[in-house]
Amino acid sequence: MLVIKNLHANIEGKEILKGIDLEIKAGEVHAIMGPNGSGKSTLANVLAGNEGYEVTGGEIIFEGKNLLELDPEDRARDGVFLAFQYPVEIPGVSNATFLKTAINEVRKYHNLPELTPKEFLELMKEKSKILGMDEALISRSVNVGFSGGEKKRNEIFQLLMLNPKLALLDETDSGLDIDALKIVSNGVNIFKAKDKAVLVVTHYQRLLNYIQPDFVHVLYKGKIIKSGGKELALELEDKGYDWIKPELVESETV
Amino acid sequence: MNEIKENLENQEELSDDMKVLDELTSTEYKWGFVTEIESETAPKGLNEDVIRLISSKKNEPEWMTEWRLKAFRYWLKMEEPHWPNVNYPPIDYQDISYYSAPKQKPKLNSLDEVDPELLKTFEKLGIPLNEQKLLTGVAVDAVFDSVSVTTTFKETLKEKGVIFCSISEAIQEHPEIVKKYLGSVVPYTDNYFAALNSAVFSDGSFVFIPKGVRCPMELSTYFRINAQETGQFERTLIIAEESSYVSYLEGCTAPIRDNNQLHAAVVELVALDDAEIKYSTVQNWYPGDKDGKGGIYNFVTKRGACRGKNSKISWTQVETGSAITWKYPSCILQGDNSIGEFYSVAVTNNMQQADTGTKMIHLGKNTRSTIISKGISAGRSNNSYRGLVKIGKNAEGARNFTQCDSMLMSDQCGAHTFPYIEVENESAKVEHEATTSKVGADQIFYLNQRGIATEDTVNMIVNGFCKEVFNELPMEFAVEAQKLLAISLEGSVG
Ligand SMILES: Nc1ncnc2c1ncn2[C@@H]1O[C@H](COP(=O)(O)OP(=O)(O)OP(=O)(O)O)[C@@H](O)[C@H]1O
Ligand SMILES: [Mg+2]
Repeated sequence: MLVIKNLHANIEGKEILKGIDLEIKAGEVHAIMGPNGSGKSTLANVLAGNEGYEVTGGEIIFEGKNLLELDPEDRARDGVFLAFQYPVEIPGVSNATFLKTAINEVRKYHNLPELTPKEFLELMKEKSKILGMDEALISRSVNVGFSGGEKKRNEIFQLLMLNPKLALLDETDSGLDIDALKIVSNGVNIFKAKDKAVLVVTHYQRLLNYIQPDFVHVLYKGKIIKSGGKELALELEDKGYDWIKPELVESETV
Repeated sequence: MNEIKENLENQEELSDDMKVLDELTSTEYKWGFVTEIESETAPKGLNEDVIRLISSKKNEPEWMTEWRLKAFRYWLKMEEPHWPNVNYPPIDYQDISYYSAPKQKPKLNSLDEVDPELLKTFEKLGIPLNEQKLLTGVAVDAVFDSVSVTTTFKETLKEKGVIFCSISEAIQEHPEIVKKYLGSVVPYTDNYFAALNSAVFSDGSFVFIPKGVRCPMELSTYFRINAQETGQFERTLIIAEESSYVSYLEGCTAPIRDNNQLHAAVVELVALDDAEIKYSTVQNWYPGDKDGKGGIYNFVTKRGACRGKNSKISWTQVETGSAITWKYPSCILQGDNSIGEFYSVAVTNNMQQADTGTKMIHLGKNTRSTIISKGISAGRSNNSYRGLVKIGKNAEGARNFTQCDSMLMSDQCGAHTFPYIEVENESAKVEHEATTSKVGADQIFYLNQRGIATEDTVNMIVNGFCKEVFNELPMEFAVEAQKLLAISLEGSVG
């Protein structure tokens, strides 16, 4: 579904991603872990097409398409969804208006008729129930005055509403209380399917108990320095990152 | 889930509006066309003879002619104000024609009698003067150039004792009311443009709601400037007697012009005890091209007097047009417990300049006022909010809340806030909040990431920003307002 080859990206002239290679197949769940500032959010944003990041080399192929040639909205319409680490507030625009517009834009792109208000309402009911969303939150302005956890829950609500192909979850677990973590993880598991893929960025193994990854990658200073199965997350939880940092590993062997 | 449902239904309409936004793709001023109708136009220039000509063309009684002349003589002694934060070349008042009337039959009984060219114009503007419109409950008094052409739904209003007609007609038919109230809120001595208007006003609307009557429909007037180089000087007078209510809508669009056109309207509102007047405006006059060429100069004096106790006047305005806007709808809160409200969205793009705001003059006890102003600046435009809140000596317990939010769409535009506060009574409470924000790249990306194209994301963000004001507008006007915003801000994010 997604093939990333030797991806390089800059922010404000500074190289953050220094050659990422990654392949994600339909049906798989990948986790990316790594210390603060290693480039995890950068990777997610570059995949989603944030123009604040400059891609300086490499390729991203999504479902056979060169993603780098697409505008962010077209990537979204093609099925790339980013659950933001810091969801943005849009004052005066209700969640419902926003979602209805978004869904219909995506449908239009795929030559599908717009949802009728009734269909939309039913979809909202169904998905909000899964996430135990407070009704009031749905009619409120997008993320305005939402608590940290509510914002994250809202991101996954949007994921279920839009039902894309590839979900990029950037630290969706941070800010969630223990119960919310279960509910939100359950939402992600409901999304999971043979023809879908998930990339979760997280610092904590705890999330991976709920959303079981097929692969775990460690991103460090803009490169994937180690990949493994879900047991790698446990190992990292236990030992931290030092034991795999190349400079430390190298200096030991010297 | 009921609550959600209700909300969704509202949202539903709002997102239909988003659809409307989609349709609007042309960046050119959409309504720039000129109708070919024979106009009867006075020669350029202004003197007592021209004023007598206007007055006689309109068959006015002697007292009206005299009033005009007094205003003119006063105007001659005045100087044009230059304090607003706007710039424009000097206006040559002798180079303007002060009267223009479409030729037509004197009395019209039905739409069939209206000049078909004229009807086509209204159609292009999307103002269907037909059954449909009537069924929606809007009586339309269309002002085409300076003379009222057609007034509908008068009969229904008549039954309730509501008078809704052109001011010219009111001068003929209801002289005692006009005499009593005309100039009582905005005297001709008030300011330069009010004096000019009093001298030369061509036409406008007159509304009288008798005691205890809730006006059964929203009253709506569409203004339009048509004949080339014709200054337009509307005069509107609305009187709400004790315990009455009226909602009045004013909207306008104008064709493209090369020469700047002066527009100096005067609107006077009077609310007696327990009466309420809601006055909504969507204003979209030709703003000039990208370099500021052409466009309307809009110098308007709008003022409402809450004369009676518990009376209420709200001004809601959405201003997207004009090369220059100079406009401060105001409330004089005389009656105890009276309420003044001002909700405004002012958009400026390219070279547009707007200096707009409100004055809330608290005279009575426990008077309250609310000011919500949303200024959106794009291109190289300048957008200023200028507001005065004055609490008089006797305004025991008066309260004001002011919120001025500015949104910047580019790095070259300007937003300015000039709040003036004068408090002469210790017990008063005046609150002022102001914010300035830029349409954020992060907001746009967030919406892009959900599949919404940039142009639409900007409309969404801007509409969200203006929500509190749009909520005050009648639904169909809110739709119109969103359309206008979308048109005026097209391609302006940068
Ligand atoms: N706008 C910016 N200007 C300059 N540097 C930036 C900017 N945005 C991010 N960076 C830098 O890029 C690097 C990678 O940031 P990124 O957000 O991708 O890290 P991360 O792995 O997601 O970290 P965290 O775990 O803390 O979320 C960091 O060093 C960060 O300071
Ligand atoms: Mg991050």
